[in-house]
Amino acid sequence: MSSRRAARIGLTVFLASVAFCFLLPLYVMLVTSFKSLDEIRLGNIFALPDTLSLDAWRAAWSTVCTGVSCEGIRGGFVNSVQIAIPSTALAIAFGALNGYALVFWRARGANVLFALLMIGAFVPLQVMIYPLVRATAMLHIFGTLPGIVLVHVIFSMPLMTLLFRNYYTALPVEIFNAARVDGAGFLRTFAHVVLPLSPPIIVVAAIMQVTGVWNDYLLGLVFAGRDHLPMTVQLNNLVNTTTGTRQYNVDMAATLLTALVPLVLYFASGRWFVRGIATGALKG
Amino acid sequence: MRGRLLNFRRISVYVALLPMAITACAVYLGTTLWSLRVSFSSSRTFPTDNFVGFAQYARLFTDDRWLLSLTNLAIYGTLVIVVCLALGFWLAALIDAQARGEGVLRSVFLYPYAMSFVATGVVWQWLLNPSLGIQEAAHRLGFEQVQFDWIVDPDKVIYAVAIAAIWQSCGLVTVIMLAGLRGIDPEIWKAARVDGIPAWRVYVSIVRPMLAHSFATATILLLTAVVKLYDVVVAMTQGGPGTASEVPAKYIMDHLFGRANIALASAGSIVLLLTVGILLAPALYLRRYATRLAAR
Repeated sequence: MSSRRAARIGLTVFLASVAFCFLLPLYVMLVTSFKSLDEIRLGNIFALPDTLSLDAWRAAWSTVCTGVSCEGIRGGFVNSVQIAIPSTALAIAFGALNGYALVFWRARGANVLFALLMIGAFVPLQVMIYPLVRATAMLHIFGTLPGIVLVHVIFSMPLMTLLFRNYYTALPVEIFNAARVDGAGFLRTFAHVVLPLSPPIIVVAAIMQVTGVWNDYLLGLVFAGRDHLPMTVQLNNLVNTTTGTRQYNVDMAATLLTALVPLVLYFASGRWFVRGIATGALKG
Repeated sequence: MRGRLLNFRRISVYVALLPMAITACAVYLGTTLWSLRVSFSSSRTFPTDNFVGFAQYARLFTDDRWLLSLTNLAIYGTLVIVVCLALGFWLAALIDAQARGEGVLRSVFLYPYAMSFVATGVVWQWLLNPSLGIQEAAHRLGFEQVQFDWIVDPDKVIYAVAIAAIWQSCGLVTVIMLAGLRGIDPEIWKAARVDGIPAWRVYVSIVRPMLAHSFATATILLLTAVVKLYDVVVAMTQGGPGTASEVPAKYIMDHLFGRANIALASAGSIVLLLTVGILLAPALYLRRYATRLAAR
């Protein structure tokens, strides 16, 4: 019995040390962001900061140069918020409507469309990017907020549709049939019967979509245009196009600021985040 | 019952499905065909109808930078998928066997997955900085021989990128495996105990094959992410030192927007698409097979 106990303690210690390794980058980011450049040059990346200096955080937020302008990454934050909110709302609306139509109405050919959409999810973005640049340019929305939102909605449609379709498949079909017997039409059944049952999956979809849009780099770089560059693009500009001395403390503060929204969302909603991955991935 | 529905209701269904139809047909299918067409032309900045057969593909496969990109993607992809599957399953099995603190451990292993690839690349660029990062810290602690300057070594830089990506996506596999382990019949453990089979043996020889569906799912997700490899490289190495960490997605982006050679870039993107198809087909098939087995 005691050897089993020893094995159990060994296991706990081992798992704790692996967890420690996974947390190390976050720890290094935090301590670096509070250090002064002189202290960083001492070369001990793991040491705690001598004094807690918020200078790097202030610089990262409001004065550091990200490409041409030197106003910090707060502009990127605003842009990312402006992109994420409509992209999430629209993606959820389309996902819910698609899932509802697929599961309860079984329109002819709809499943073929769905299959095509699912295959499309595996097509590398690089195949589609240039034609989409031309298409959005033709619609005069290339490099604008509506342009980048449209592109996000398009590329999130497979996952969003899958999430809602799987969720609605598990709902009892009797509710829906009852509404139809009462004479409710397509939209009324959706608004009064299906939507009120949807909040759990809407939360999951919102978490997945906000995280996905916030963390996107490629689409923002190509489609957002100079006035709406998201935070990730500005972070990359800040870190990799600086002239003069590299300010590692500012880099790390800016990285943490950029990662803040998805990390807070993740830690605040842990179980839902995991559920999103599970429903998106396992039942596909 | 369904056939007797009023017609205008049917129409509203089709109207509602219109956005999905446009996305599936015009965007996913249409743009792919468009790129395929451009890849057979001699287009530079703008698409032209001067078709040159497979000339762009021939050019692609004589371009050292493209070949290096493919090699890098193969090394990176193999490493990320194999290590993530092994480490992810191992960690899930340990968490499962330990039965305590699952929530906390899962949160710790999964948090990097919530971070963007750009942030991941920036952090690891800093950690692997040869003069101020982990290497220097080890030297200062007295381990003078430690050499961990992979990020500036053209032969090893792609491994440095792989480390960053493994840190970022390993937790995803752990979570998928943990979800799979929930579905394992606990009777197996009683039977194994009666037969005196050690726990690790049960995980490797009995539980692992039962998780075929989870393994296939994780492989599909990892593969899809591997082929997209772009952001981490841009943020971490910008393809350097020199061109040592170039990858196909970056090659395509550079030729689309920097070098104004959309035909060559389109040829590259079609090659990438074919690669995805060839690699994904077995994984998707395996998963369908595993689903059918499980349903039996």
